Amino acid sequence: MARNADEHLARGFPATRNSALAAIRAGAPEERRRALSALAGAYWRPVYGYLRLHWRKPHDEAADLTQDFFAHALEKDLLARFDPARARLRTFLRACIDRVAAEDGRAARRLKRGGGAASAVFDFEAARAAIEHGAGAAEAPDVLFEREWARGMFGAALERLRELCAREGKSQHFALLEQYDLGPDRPSYADLAQKLGIATTDVTNRLAWARRKLREVLLDLLRECTGSESELREEARALLGLDGP
Amino acid sequence: MTRLDDLTLARLRHTMREPDLSGTRYRLEGMAGAGGMGTVYAVLDTELGRRVALKVLDVQDPEVEARLRQEAQVLAQLEHPGIVPVHDVGRLGDGRAFYTMKLVQGERLDRYAARDLSLPSLLRVFLRIAEAVAFAHARGVVHRDLKPQNVMIGPFGEVLVLDWGLAKVLAAPAGPAGPPLPWRRGKGQTGEGAVLGTPGFMAPEQEAGESATVDARADVFSLGALLQSLLPARPAAPLQAIARKALSPRPEDRYATVAEMAADVDRFLEGAPVSAYPEDFLRKALRVLSRHRVAAGILAAYVVGRGLILLFTHR
Repeated sequence: MARNADEHLARGFPATRNSALAAIRAGAPEERRRALSALAGAYWRPVYGYLRLHWRKPHDEAADLTQDFFAHALEKDLLARFDPARARLRTFLRACIDRVAAEDGRAARRLKRGGGAASAVFDFEAARAAIEHGAGAAEAPDVLFEREWARGMFGAALERLRELCAREGKSQHFALLEQYDLGPDRPSYADLAQKLGIATTDVTNRLAWARRKLREVLLDLLRECTGSESELREEARALLGLDGP
Repeated sequence: MTRLDDLTLARLRHTMREPDLSGTRYRLEGMAGAGGMGTVYAVLDTELGRRVALKVLDVQDPEVEARLRQEAQVLAQLEHPGIVPVHDVGRLGDGRAFYTMKLVQGERLDRYAARDLSLPSLLRVFLRIAEAVAFAHARGVVHRDLKPQNVMIGPFGEVLVLDWGLAKVLAAPAGPAGPPLPWRRGKGQTGEGAVLGTPGFMAPEQEAGESATVDARADVFSLGALLQSLLPARPAAPLQAIARKALSPRPEDRYATVAEMAADVDRFLEGAPVSAYPEDFLRKALRVLSRHRVAAGILAAYVVGRGLILLFTHR
């Protein structure tokens, strides 16, 4: 995962927990810059994947468009036009990407490179490898975009949780989550207890703690990337897969 | 950090949406349903060894939590066989509010009604719904979201009115159902301008967001729509008249109470005249004849027989 963008997203705004959108639109320059990076961290991967798979853009062009999109378009004009009462940010961004992609690169050429608050370096090579080794090109664009968005949010939340656990001396809690929920096979609680030399009840308690924290972190991230409480509720339902397949 | 593969992502999403039951007496068994403000799970109450339903908010949110708590309070105070009993209310380890209630296993009314059932049996189900709603009204509670999807028919014919999350609490006089509920408008009450309900089943005044003027007659409207949904394509005129009266756009043109509407449906089942359908002599005669078909047949046979006898004996 990209170091800069994801680190920004993983750190978030511990002091305020405000919506990144509000900060971008009305915050002080420093807050604005961090907010943009957080937002870009949540959305660069779905944007890149969407340009590759739906718009069939080659890697270089998709990477350029993604980088430029977040560096300038997102920072200035686009979010000023976003109205949380009318649409979700995710829907709005996808419509913007569609417009940029449909203009066949003209919009991208208009956008100047470099500078800007969201100049984080995205790890496009890793994203490229994942896209080119994975399926999904035949999927509906909204399904594709939604899943990449969920992947980005969960990835960033896990990163933030890892840091939190390290800070609080609870790395074992995170290790349990990694082995039980992120591994290819799900070991038994007894196996984990034996492996780590702790009681089975400690395994279940620590795993429950890690999951609870992950949920908390995930919703904090989501709050930073949404414009209102009702949008947060809707996006949380979508992120957790409560709106159906 | 490596990219999460599809399988891991799906597993994480599943894990994160499940309620955190650690430290509670409940053990998760599966999902039982989903609604606007939360999800219902089937859980095992390990202390009592029984399965119950646990309704939990999807996301912790003060406004929605107030509605969930109000729903639990409403249910707890409406002790009626047609209303699901609440067992417990609280907060899970992940911060989400929940309550537990009887686990209702059965069929939603819209699916139940799609079976090939006789009209009288469907009307009897309707009367059971009306009884529960009338009881709630007597306790000062208006449901505001009555529709076939919110009614469950149990395996032994139980009829339960569900989903009281949009209920409005009114001040009501003490009646046979007991005193009115001991609380008034709280945080969970929707204010003027808020439109909550289901189009097609929602009274016009409710749809217009006139929350302050919504009273029991809004439920009469919804019951009219519900009744209509149970009727065949070409219903009997008196039944159609009952539904039409309940569905009047102006509250003052509807039945004043659910009990009045139910009484009309009951009269129809008995073959008696209904208040919503004034009869002239001919209609009355036809109704009486159709009600007493056997007697009318015997009488007709007798009259025809006597006539034939007279005809032949006087030749």
